[in-house]
Amino acid sequence: MLGEGLLKGLAETARNFAGSFVSKERLTTVQYPEQRIAPIEATRDFPFLVYDGDDWQAGMRCVACQICEKECPPKCIYIVKSTDKKPDYVGKPQFYPARFDIDISVCMSCQICVEVCPFEAIKMDTEFELSTTDRFGGLLFDREQLAKSNEYYHRIHPTEAEAVDAVLAGAKAKAEAKTTTAAIASAVRGAEIPAHPAGDGD
Amino acid sequence: MTLGAFIQEKNKPEGWNRPPAMKPDGDGELLEVAMGPHHPSTHGVFRMDVSLDGERVIRLKPVFGYLHRNHEKLAEGMSYLGSMPFTDRLDYICSLTNNWAYALAVEELTGQAVPERAEYLRVILGELTRIVNHASSIGFLIQEMGASGTPLMYAFKARENVLDLFEALTGARMMCNYMRFGGCRVDASPAWLEDTRKVVAGLPQFVDEFERLLTGNEILMARCQGIGILKPELAVNAGVTGPMLRASGVNYDIRKVDGYGIYNRFPFRVPLGEHWDVYDRFMIRLLEIRESIKILEQALKEIPTGTVMDSKAKIRGFRPKPGEAYGRIEAPKGELGFYLISDGGPNPYRYRVRPPSLINLTILEDMSLGQNVADVVLIFGSVDIVLGEVDR
Amino acid sequence: MMTVEGIKMMIDAALPGSGVEIVPNPSPSGQHSLRLDPRHAVAVAKFLRDDEELALDFLSNATGVDWPDKEVTEKVKVTRPVTKTLEGVEQTTEEIVEETRKRVEPGCLEAVYHLYSVAKKHGPVVIRMKTVNRTDQVELPSLTSIWRSAEFQEREIFDLFGIVFKGHPDLRRLLMWDGFKDHPMRRDYIDPDDFEYEPTAHDEVLARAAAHRAAVANQEGGSAGK
Repeated sequence: MLGEGLLKGLAETARNFAGSFVSKERLTTVQYPEQRIAPIEATRDFPFLVYDGDDWQAGMRCVACQICEKECPPKCIYIVKSTDKKPDYVGKPQFYPARFDIDISVCMSCQICVEVCPFEAIKMDTEFELSTTDRFGGLLFDREQLAKSNEYYHRIHPTEAEAVDAVLAGAKAKAEAKTTTAAIASAVRGAEIPAHPAGDGD
Repeated sequence: MTLGAFIQEKNKPEGWNRPPAMKPDGDGELLEVAMGPHHPSTHGVFRMDVSLDGERVIRLKPVFGYLHRNHEKLAEGMSYLGSMPFTDRLDYICSLTNNWAYALAVEELTGQAVPERAEYLRVILGELTRIVNHASSIGFLIQEMGASGTPLMYAFKARENVLDLFEALTGARMMCNYMRFGGCRVDASPAWLEDTRKVVAGLPQFVDEFERLLTGNEILMARCQGIGILKPELAVNAGVTGPMLRASGVNYDIRKVDGYGIYNRFPFRVPLGEHWDVYDRFMIRLLEIRESIKILEQALKEIPTGTVMDSKAKIRGFRPKPGEAYGRIEAPKGELGFYLISDGGPNPYRYRVRPPSLINLTILEDMSLGQNVADVVLIFGSVDIVLGEVDR
Repeated sequence: MMTVEGIKMMIDAALPGSGVEIVPNPSPSGQHSLRLDPRHAVAVAKFLRDDEELALDFLSNATGVDWPDKEVTEKVKVTRPVTKTLEGVEQTTEEIVEETRKRVEPGCLEAVYHLYSVAKKHGPVVIRMKTVNRTDQVELPSLTSIWRSAEFQEREIFDLFGIVFKGHPDLRRLLMWDGFKDHPMRRDYIDPDDFEYEPTAHDEVLARAAAHRAAVANQEGGSAGK
C-alpha cells in the first residue's frame, strides 16, 4: 500500500525513541561537561616536555637537538639552544633548551615530533580544554608550561610510559656497563693500583 | 524538442565540446542564482552559478577554490614524511585512505615492500573508513532532502564506534596520520583487534536498521528516482570514478583492477547500477557497505602476526632516487591518485593529488540541465564531494 | 598490456611522422612515458582512445610540471689564437684550448597525462607535452575534445602554471579568483606579503614578517602624518 515504506521508517524511529528510555546503548548523548566519557589511552592532543624527578629544569630530558623543530610540518616549535651544558640521566653533559616554544594554535597534533625525538623527551598530552581569551600569547606555550613530570606521563599513557621507561633504563644500563668495562680495562692496563676498584657500584 | 530528447542529445558520446545551452521557452528572463558558498547543502564552501528559467536549470557553472590551501606547493617545501599529516586533511572524512594512497605512491617510487600484517591492517582500516564514509554520505544526502538529520545521526552513531577504534590505534579520531612508507606507524594490540571484531559484529544490524529506515520510503523514491541520469560512456570519458561510475553500470573498481595491497585475497562483489540515477548511487553505497563488512570479517580472521614496519625503513633523511611514480587507490569517493616526481632530494620535486571529487564534478552541469533546482541539490549530494579534496 | 616501445610502434605505424619519443623513468615503478609533439598531439590522442587494442578511454590525471631555466657550466674545446713566445720570437698560432662556459638552458612547462583503459582494464600510459619556453610561448593543444575529464584539470594547469590550452572550451582560472595575476605553482613564485601575527615564525619567515610590519607602519605613519 502507499505509505508502507514511510510507516516502516517511522516504526524504526519509534523503536529508537522508546528504546532510549530502557536501553543504555540507544541513549547515545553524553551531557558534556557535566558528564564525561573516559578518555582513550592512546589519544593525542598537544605535545609536552617530560622531566624526570621533581625539578623540571634539572630533570628535563630535552637536549635541544632541534630535530623536532626541523621535522615539524607546520613549524610551530621554536628552540634556542643553551650555551652551557648540564648532565643528563646517563651523566653525560648535554645542552638544554634555553627557550622551547610551541604555538598550539599552529600545532596540528600530527605527533611527528614525538616520532623523531631520539631522547624520548617530547610526548603527547591529552589536555584539550585549553581555551583562553588571549588569542596570541595565551596559546604560545613556553618551556615551563610545557614541562610535565614523568609521573604525569605514567598517569595519562600508562602502557606507553612503561615502554619508554624500559627503553631508557636499558640505555642507561648499557652506558653504565660501557663505563664499567672501560674503567676495568684501564685499571688492568695501568701500573698503579687504583684507590677504589671500578667494579664497585655507587 | 522535448526535455527528455534534449538530455539524450546532450549525453551523446560524440562532440565533447560544450553544446549551446538549452534555449528557454516562454519570454521569461533567466534568473541567476548563486547557490553557495554559504549553503548548508553544498558539503563545504562551494558555489554553483545557476541560470534558471522558472525552476528549470539552463546553465550551471561550479565555482570552487574557497578552500584552496596550495597543498601541492607546501609539499614541495617539506619532506616526504612531513606531507603525510597534510594528506589527512585532503578528504578530511576519510583520512586513512588518503594516507594509504600517499604511502602507496611513495612505495611505487622506491619499490619498498610492506609487511603482511601491515597490509592486513591497511585493509581493515581502509574498509572501516569506507563504511564510515558511505554511511555519512547517505546521511547527508537524506538530510538535503529535508529529513533534518535523523538518518545522519544514525550513521554518526555507528561512526562514533569506528572513530573510537581509530583513536585507540592511531591516537586521533579524524586526522590519523597512521600509514608510513613501508608499513604502519604502530602495531595493533590483540585487545584492539577484539574491539574491532565487536564493532564489526554490530555493523550488519546497523545497516539493516538503516535500510529499514530508508529503502522503500516513498518520498525518497519519488525524489531520487529518474533524476541526474549519467550515461556510462559519458561517465568514463569524463573521468568519473568510484560509486558514481559503478552506479552508471561500469564495472571498474580499482581494488579489483589494480589489485593493490592484498585485495586479491578477498572475494567481494562489485554492485552496479542499472538506471544510472541518484537512487542508484544511494543504493550502491548501501550495498558497498555490506561488501566491506564481508571483507572486514575475513581480514580480522586472517590477520597474521609480525611487524608492521620494516625496521630498516627511514623516518628521517628519506631521499628516494630520482624518478616518478603514479599510485592510486579506490578511495571511498573515487580514484585517489598521487603523482610524485623526485629529484633525489629530501623534498619531492612535484607532488600532485588527483582529486576524485573535483573530477567527478566535471559532469555536474550535464547531469543537472533541465532538472529542477531542488533536484540539483540532490544530484550534487549524490556526487559525494568533500571540499578539502576539490580545492586541496 | 603493451610496453611503451610497443605503443610507440603502433602510433608510428598508424600516424607516421607524429614525433613520439620515449622518456625513460629511472624509478622502480617502471612507468615510462611518451613525449608527444604538440602539433600532432590531438591526432595521437584520438588514436590512443579509439584504437581497439589500446582503448585508452579514461584520462585519469592531467597535471603540469615546471622546469625552470637551468644554468649549465660546461667545458668546451674551442680553437683560439694563442700568443706564445718561442726562442725569443712571438708567434700567434691557432690552438685547441679548453674553456669553461656558462649558458642558460631555457626551461619549459610540461603537461603530463595518465591514461587508463576501462574497457580493457589496463594502464597506465603516460603521455607528456612540453611548451617551448616559460615566458611567451606557453601554448599546448587541449585534449578536452578527446577526453572530457581534462576540462577541469587543464583549467587548473592554466591557473597554477600558466600553460594556455588551445581549443579548450572554457579556459579560465579554477582555484584562484578571476583577477589573480601570477601562477602560484611555478618554482619562482613569491608569496605576497600579508602577514598576520605569527609568534613562532622563525628564520626567514620572521625576517620577512618584521620587514612587512615595518613597511606597513611606515606607510601608515606617512599618511597619518600628512
